Amino acid sequence: MPSYADEDRKIEQLHPHFYSVIIPTYNERLNIALICYLLFKHMKDYKFEVIVVDDASPDGTQDTVKKLQGIYGEDRILLRPRAAKLGLGTAYVHGLKYASGDYVVIMDADLSHHPKYLPSFIRKQLETNADIVTGTRYVKGGGVHGWDLRRKLTSRGANVLAHTLLWPRVSDLTGSFRLYRKDVLQEVVQTCVSKGYVFQMELIVRATRMGCRIEEVPITFVDRVYGTSKLGGTEIVQYLKGLLWLFFTT
Amino acid sequence: MKQVWKIGTIFTAVVGIWISLLLTPGLPPSLQLIVPYFPMYALASLGCYGLGALGYGMMVFRVCPEEADLLQKDITEAKTFFKEHGVDLSSD
Repeated sequence: MPSYADEDRKIEQLHPHFYSVIIPTYNERLNIALICYLLFKHMKDYKFEVIVVDDASPDGTQDTVKKLQGIYGEDRILLRPRAAKLGLGTAYVHGLKYASGDYVVIMDADLSHHPKYLPSFIRKQLETNADIVTGTRYVKGGGVHGWDLRRKLTSRGANVLAHTLLWPRVSDLTGSFRLYRKDVLQEVVQTCVSKGYVFQMELIVRATRMGCRIEEVPITFVDRVYGTSKLGGTEIVQYLKGLLWLFFTT
Repeated sequence: MKQVWKIGTIFTAVVGIWISLLLTPGLPPSLQLIVPYFPMYALASLGCYGLGALGYGMMVFRVCPEEADLLQKDITEAKTFFKEHGVDLSSD
């Protein structure tokens, strides 16, 4: 019977990289447990760690994470909380400080990003030696669930606008399910100043301008099952402002 | 080069060509008639492109209710696992 060491060595040879999965959370007590279970299920062939950056959730997210550490080990799930709700961009910077992998995965905690797609991100990266692999909902094999007509129109309209103005080389600018080479992410994230949806777009546009090699894989996006997501007038105005900001600065 | 300069350069070049066409003497009368309206054509074309791209995008936008069902199964599976491992996930 092969020992664990043999197994480890086999994994080492097949998959030479170490992946740090950074998940920012705020009130995701249930979702963070589900996502960890699915990560360990679908990523069992890869070396990886999960870094949960929790912004002082009042719902006990951190207690759940501690219980998960009890099951999976404190070296596999790292809890790196912050004292207050400080936003997404800085959450990545914070998580990056503790990442020991040479590659970093960033995904949402709300289960709209399913860990089952990660092996396809990794395969794509190995095949193409890309700096960034980004998940896209807009190509064959991708898709969404749980969006009404208005949301779909807004999303596609935003996409047409962004493509007309910015000429990015990726089809899905606002998706945030991505795999990065760590040093690339560290460099790009320094130059980004926006928040929310615009942050994701800024990151990928600036990376394009820096000459990074970016590849895409199709993902499906199931709108959050537990809790609510919002896309209102203020988000749209912010997006348009962000678009203009990038038009003039990149 | 910044995006604004790229698009600005193209825009300026196109406007330049249009103005030089306007000022060219001896164009056939049929052309002379339509050249002044080129900006309107351009604007309309841009609008058509936008609407067309939006329409095409909506047309090929896939919805995947089956993914939601699969996710529900995964959630049930995960909950069973955590129950066995004594982690309470019941949302109050």
